[in-house]
Amino acid sequence: MSREKPKSFQSLILTLHDYWSRQGCIILQPHDVEVGAGTLHPATVLRALGPKSWNAAYVQPSRRPGDGRYGENPNRLQHYYQYQVILKPNPENMQDLYLGSLEAIGLDLRTHDIRFVEDDWENPTVGAWGLGWEVWCDGMEVSQYTYFQQVGGLDVSPVAGELTYGLERLAMYVFGVDNVYDLPFNDPDSPLGATTYGDVFLENERQQSEANFHGYDVAVLKQQFEQMEEQVPLMLARSYQNKALVLPAYDMVLKASHLFNLMNARGAIAVAERASYIGRIRDLCKLCASAWVEQQEAA
Amino acid sequence: MPQLLLELFSEEIPARMQAQAAKDLERLAREHLAAAGFLPEALKTFAGPRRLTLVAEGLPLAQADRKEELKGPRVGAPPQAMEGFLRKAGLTQDQLVERDGVYMAFIEKKGRPTPEIVAEMVEAIVRGFPWPKSMIWGTKKLRWVRPLKRILCVLDREVVPFAIEGIPSGDVTEGHRFMGDAKPFVAKDFDEYVAGLEAHYVVLDVEERKQRILEGCKTLCFARHLELVEDQGLLDEVAGLAEWPTPVLGDMDPAFLDLPPEVIRTSMRTHQKYFAVRKAGEEGLAPHFITIANIQAADGGAVIAAGNAKVLSSRLSDARFFWDEDVKVGFEPWLDKLNGVTFHAKLGTMAQRVERIVALAGEIAPLVGADVEKTREAARLAKADLASQMVGEFPELQGIMGGYYARQFGLDGEIADAVRDHYKPQGPSDAVPTAPVSIAVALADKLDTLVGFFKINEKPTGSKDPYALRRAALGVIRIILENGLAMALKTTLTKALRQSSFVHEEVEEGFVGAGPEVAADLVAFFADRLKVALRDQGKRHDLVDAVFALGDDDLARIVARVEALDGFLKTDDGKNLLAGYKRASNILKAEEKKGALPTGAPEAPTADSAAEVGLYNALRLLDKPLKDALAKEDFTGAMTQLAELRGPVDAYLDGVFVNEPEHRDNRLRTLAAVRDAMGQVADFGLIGG
Repeated sequence: MSREKPKSFQSLILTLHDYWSRQGCIILQPHDVEVGAGTLHPATVLRALGPKSWNAAYVQPSRRPGDGRYGENPNRLQHYYQYQVILKPNPENMQDLYLGSLEAIGLDLRTHDIRFVEDDWENPTVGAWGLGWEVWCDGMEVSQYTYFQQVGGLDVSPVAGELTYGLERLAMYVFGVDNVYDLPFNDPDSPLGATTYGDVFLENERQQSEANFHGYDVAVLKQQFEQMEEQVPLMLARSYQNKALVLPAYDMVLKASHLFNLMNARGAIAVAERASYIGRIRDLCKLCASAWVEQQEAA
Repeated sequence: MPQLLLELFSEEIPARMQAQAAKDLERLAREHLAAAGFLPEALKTFAGPRRLTLVAEGLPLAQADRKEELKGPRVGAPPQAMEGFLRKAGLTQDQLVERDGVYMAFIEKKGRPTPEIVAEMVEAIVRGFPWPKSMIWGTKKLRWVRPLKRILCVLDREVVPFAIEGIPSGDVTEGHRFMGDAKPFVAKDFDEYVAGLEAHYVVLDVEERKQRILEGCKTLCFARHLELVEDQGLLDEVAGLAEWPTPVLGDMDPAFLDLPPEVIRTSMRTHQKYFAVRKAGEEGLAPHFITIANIQAADGGAVIAAGNAKVLSSRLSDARFFWDEDVKVGFEPWLDKLNGVTFHAKLGTMAQRVERIVALAGEIAPLVGADVEKTREAARLAKADLASQMVGEFPELQGIMGGYYARQFGLDGEIADAVRDHYKPQGPSDAVPTAPVSIAVALADKLDTLVGFFKINEKPTGSKDPYALRRAALGVIRIILENGLAMALKTTLTKALRQSSFVHEEVEEGFVGAGPEVAADLVAFFADRLKVALRDQGKRHDLVDAVFALGDDDLARIVARVEALDGFLKTDDGKNLLAGYKRASNILKAEEKKGALPTGAPEAPTADSAAEVGLYNALRLLDKPLKDALAKEDFTGAMTQLAELRGPVDAYLDGVFVNEPEHRDNRLRTLAAVRDAMGQVADFGLIGG
């Protein structure tokens, strides 16, 4: 594995994989259900809970339907990648490890202005919160750094440290690119030809934006949401080898959460209803979290 | 005398918590040291991004030995009492001394070494520190604001040995994360500590950091003929974000200057924590910004400036996007959206609130000389911008954006200004609206809030005021007083109450208390706020009480009375008349206990007494001019009239014996007449000596 400064979006990911692999993390692949953030991968939400140690890094495609801009905004995307690291229990030197990862991707910490700015993260849909920072590099938020205190309404003990890097934004910064679609996806000198981020995703942004804002049938989304909501407790009531089917049930929570995001992007959720929808998803997530912790503690 | 140096070194402490943390550390340390019998000659604390520091000068190395005297049971007390006492004192009976029939124990307490006390103190402070929000980390159970990494604790250059949850004390700390050798260093006293920090690029004292920022900014500005747009709140914040604060000037694309300056400044301030700059001596912003870096970069900050400029560009592009989208939409669709926005579960939607404000503003308009139709239209549009994208992104621009959009859509200037200004005043330093339409909408906005929350019994209690009702009431008071408005508060409140009930019967069930009670509650609440406001201006609160007791509800008139009264009581006549009033009213009170006082006006005195005749005449002469002055609201004039009573009252009280049987009734009537005459101006009984 080369330890040169990355030159492309994909080599940035490979560099982070290499770095965190060297720190002892397992390198996972994305979860295969649509999620709004890398945190929602069961490797973070569920593994943060319970007594067991867990150290993992992975890329997670994330969807935020409301952020679609038809490919016309140089910074905003409705589909993007987050790089996620979860360290449980968080090691004493986690900040140093994090800063090491920035150096690994080519940031000179004596030239750039790196700052830890208070930002207490919370994700109400999964009943999770923690204390930490946004990490700024020259005024740009390049990561979210959180010490999880609760997930699914349950205390996280031992504490898990979570790092989330917004990959596109970080790449734009490291490579000095102003428009996300101009990012080199592979090595610009590749013998098979250079490919940009736009070559891969611009059309996707256009079509998905239109679908997010105008395409999806609100009535269908609502119906699907309600079906998912009904299914979660039923799935949790089933078991295999004396264990409730918490992993499939959690996938259904994720689906419900994505359906909610789609309804929200369609403007189908009144401000007053928002809190109630979020509360419904959180309740489902709490059911899964408790069942998961029970299984972890029994094991 | 020995010095104690303590540093609690952690990961980055939120900027907003640092100042209070320094105060709390000082308070807790003083309390603990005092409890141990120590009175340091000097004690100072510091807070910064990664450390809380305390230095205390002049501590002894041990507590002084102490003798304690304990009083035991009496001689001959039951044996159980003696056993209990001995157990408590840890003594045997032969160690007691008998004194005046009581057993006494004299215990010598050896003073403990100071390090022991300091170790206990630090542990207690760390474990009980009042962070507004704290956390656990790793496998520890200790709570701190962020992970606590090191404890430096030296007394008289020696490490005070202890450990808290596996974190040992020592004499080592760290400086700047990136600058210098970035290696830990030893500090055995405060001088070494400060020198070590400086050599490792850390400014310990927040005031020095602020100084450094301001001077750095001014130097950068001066070179480019720019001026810093000073911002104290931002300065306080950035001084907590950098250990080696280094201002860096960056450029902004001048194309963004067509955005409203408030949008640019808010974007700079809230998202990026940048200072804005303007061209020297000019209004408006210049296309630059200053960011406060935490590092003095080798390239002079070129990379930092370029990076920050790029971030600002993308923030401002977003703002431009919101503006462009917003002007495509306009007020009517936004108003429609307000139907879906809950103002408060028991007070209906924002759209319903708008209806109430429209109706109330319409009623207030004629009282403040505003055009009714324009006022109603301004009130109707005032909250629309809450549904705009820009306000969604920058909630602090509510009103301001509404004003810009109103002008953009070509609405009447008075209406646009009222939309912009109706939230004012937003704090003690914010100006009040002065244009009639703006005044009417601003009052209606605040009164609707007050009436609504009082109706559902969500009144402020103690330090809790989640709906900022005190600020709203003070806003109403300031708008009325600073614009010199004559307005009967009760009537206006009753109007507001009527709006809040007849417009939306469906929320009625959530209401507690009938209208009149709520109105009375609110008047009392306003009275309290007015007292606070007047007290802040240095007015005596008892004078405010004395005037309020008259039951007036015209704020401007109340204040005029308080001012006249204040002036009067500073004169000799005023002071003496007040004393006379108290004597007269004491006599009346004493006599009242014996039976009901005689009623009616005093008759001409029959006894041959100059003092009696003098006061009788003075009262008769006072009556009309006093009433006239009060009718004209000439309170200083009324006081001048009252001053005429001073001589006669003094002479009367000194020379006339009230309880002479044949004259008693008439004399009591005379004193009552004095009390009543003065009572037209204020309740002098509520004024302190």
